[in-house]
Amino acid sequence: MKRLLRGGRVVDPANGIDGQFDVLIERGRIAEIGRDLPVTLAEGGEVVEIPAGLVLCPGFIDMHVHLREPGQEHKETVATGVLSAVTGGFTAVACMPNTKPVNDNAGVTQLILQKAREANLARVYPIGAVSRGQKGEELADIAELREAGCVAVTDDGLPISTAILARRALEYTSMFAMPVIEHCEDQTLKGEGVAHEGPVAASLGLKGIPGVAEAITAGRDILLAEMTGGHVHIAHMSAWTTLEAVRQGKSRGVKVTAEVCPHHFTLTDDMLAAPVPYDTNTKMNPPLREARDRDSMLSGIADGSVDVIATDHAPHHYDEKNVEFDRAPFGIVGLETAVPICLDRLVRSGVIRLPRLVELMSVNPARILNLHGGSLATGAVADITVLAPELPVTIDRAALKSKSKNTPYHGWTFTGGVAATIVGGRIVHVGADSGWPTGRD
Amino acid sequence: MEAVAATALSHRNLLGIADLTPEEIVLILDTAEAMKEVGRRAIKKVPTLRGRTVVNLFFEPSTRTRTSFEIAEKRLSADTLNVAIATSSVVKGETLVDTALNIEAMAPSMIVLRHAASGACHLLSRICKAAIINAGDGMHEHPTQALLDAFTIREHKQRIAGLKVAIIGDLLHSRVLRSNVILLRKLGAEVWVCGPATLIPPGLERMGVRVTTRIDEAVDGADVVMLLRIQLERMQGGFFPSLREYFRTFGMTEERVRLARPDVMIMHPGPINRGVEIASEVADGPYSVILEQVANGVAVRMAVLYLLAGGADDEAVA
Repeated sequence: MKRLLRGGRVVDPANGIDGQFDVLIERGRIAEIGRDLPVTLAEGGEVVEIPAGLVLCPGFIDMHVHLREPGQEHKETVATGVLSAVTGGFTAVACMPNTKPVNDNAGVTQLILQKAREANLARVYPIGAVSRGQKGEELADIAELREAGCVAVTDDGLPISTAILARRALEYTSMFAMPVIEHCEDQTLKGEGVAHEGPVAASLGLKGIPGVAEAITAGRDILLAEMTGGHVHIAHMSAWTTLEAVRQGKSRGVKVTAEVCPHHFTLTDDMLAAPVPYDTNTKMNPPLREARDRDSMLSGIADGSVDVIATDHAPHHYDEKNVEFDRAPFGIVGLETAVPICLDRLVRSGVIRLPRLVELMSVNPARILNLHGGSLATGAVADITVLAPELPVTIDRAALKSKSKNTPYHGWTFTGGVAATIVGGRIVHVGADSGWPTGRD
Repeated sequence: MEAVAATALSHRNLLGIADLTPEEIVLILDTAEAMKEVGRRAIKKVPTLRGRTVVNLFFEPSTRTRTSFEIAEKRLSADTLNVAIATSSVVKGETLVDTALNIEAMAPSMIVLRHAASGACHLLSRICKAAIINAGDGMHEHPTQALLDAFTIREHKQRIAGLKVAIIGDLLHSRVLRSNVILLRKLGAEVWVCGPATLIPPGLERMGVRVTTRIDEAVDGADVVMLLRIQLERMQGGFFPSLREYFRTFGMTEERVRLARPDVMIMHPGPINRGVEIASEVADGPYSVILEQVANGVAVRMAVLYLLAGGADDEAVA
């Protein structure tokens, strides 16, 4: 079946496209992009007239989510996770291996992929564990994981335990062109920390995690990537010192890439004290840091030293968060808030222009993980995120499709949202009041 | 800047000194004076809180604070209940929220909470109708301790503004430090804090204190020297090499007391570690007010309970 999306602004930086174009989709792939494409409604095709103001981009890919299945289905399942993803405008997600059991073997990978096929919404790319059981002792069967469908490896939730294991992982994965994703955090400096180490934690009496705990591990792994020729991808970067290490590595030609989460370029640790003191929805790891760190993340996004915006979508059940701050698990949901935050706080506020956002959320994650996507070239899969940059959006935790509601953005209003999410040519989500003219397929 | 007294508290809970205005602090201290008078009577009881139930919910061991609250509650004729954690449902895995909701269901007027987690009182205040009084939450605040310390200082010095107060010890883990710093700064004291560099949280100077690692500088010319307990159970993290070295470097000795003003007050929230943060001769010396602090704790807690209950319903206190 053919479908012609007619008249929207198309932003496809991988192909140098930014302007009014028609997009023809055929059998789930991009058939043609051009001006005034002829309408050929033979074979039951469909024309979708795109209202002015909507923007068509290659599908957004969130390369850092926790889908919690198998093992913690009370927080999220693959099915609820991908529903949350497409609702948030993501056509694909890469999911972290810290499930129960850990995704350190083909069986778990296949289970996740099977659940994703059944849900049939966003594409799901599993990420395998670096070490067996994420115990940090010996490498997992990485070739087997790769064969089963894993696109990267990580011990996320924890850093790779030792320099020697990180070295081996970088050497070994270089055989498969897959990155090692690193949760950078020196565990001895973290200790029992629950908040960014600084004046806010000091006044609230919370144990601190210094920014340097992140930068030390990042520095170690960037040096090891340089030595081995492996590719290290720094997950959820939050500290200005880490960004400096990444910049230095890049300037020396090291294969290092880095992602930043929306909360780390919008919020600071002041949120722990007000408006709701000790709100456990402000507790995540890495923690919300100081203004200097937040502003540094914005500068890295603007100057290109940050490669990716990823959410670290970390659903937790209400009961788990409704406890003392010290006891609450780290993490917030992010899939359904990322696009409004980025459109408002990055594009609208002038930090970056829209094509750069598409690089951060589509082109670069596809490149780093070697995925199809990130491009609307002829023959590419028709994964399209349609943005409504003028749409006012108020975050309502009760309306989230994720099984968990742990967001610090409840009640926040942003300008910019999702008009539609198209996966393989199929319209899987339509944003309310966004102006998108059709329903879901 | 010691302000004129307010006549009521604007908050229904006492979660921390941070929530109080200088006027409210003075109101509590003034009220405590009247309460102290009750303690001097032969019949040390007034009917102020008759018919009200106060639950002392202590998740951490405490002798001084819990006893002090209980005596204060009884002198105000409240019905008091001590929830002993060892025999409660907590050992069965009940959450703090569920424990609180169950107690709340029995409609107490107030809950006095001590808990190891900073912010535990804030959590309870969001779910309970009962007024929450913080009897120490983690490393955050211990407001009634700071109030009784201020009361004791004011009794001796007739003022707080302009005094040099030196606070010495474990600045990182101490809730007593935080409450005292906030209170003393609100009432205009000059506050110096001193301890090993490993026990100084970053950003402490933003609380308006002078931070030093040289005890002689902190004590020099001080009107008040307050020692903080070295929590021996917390010292596994290697914050300093040995207790012996700590005492040599930061212990309050008679020699160091002589650097302070001649009329210096030596204070300690207890329980004291003799020969660690304070020499026995100092703890037992003429300038020590450590036991006065304990005595004043009852009056100050009576004042807090009374004011949070909305003042007297009918009977006057005095």
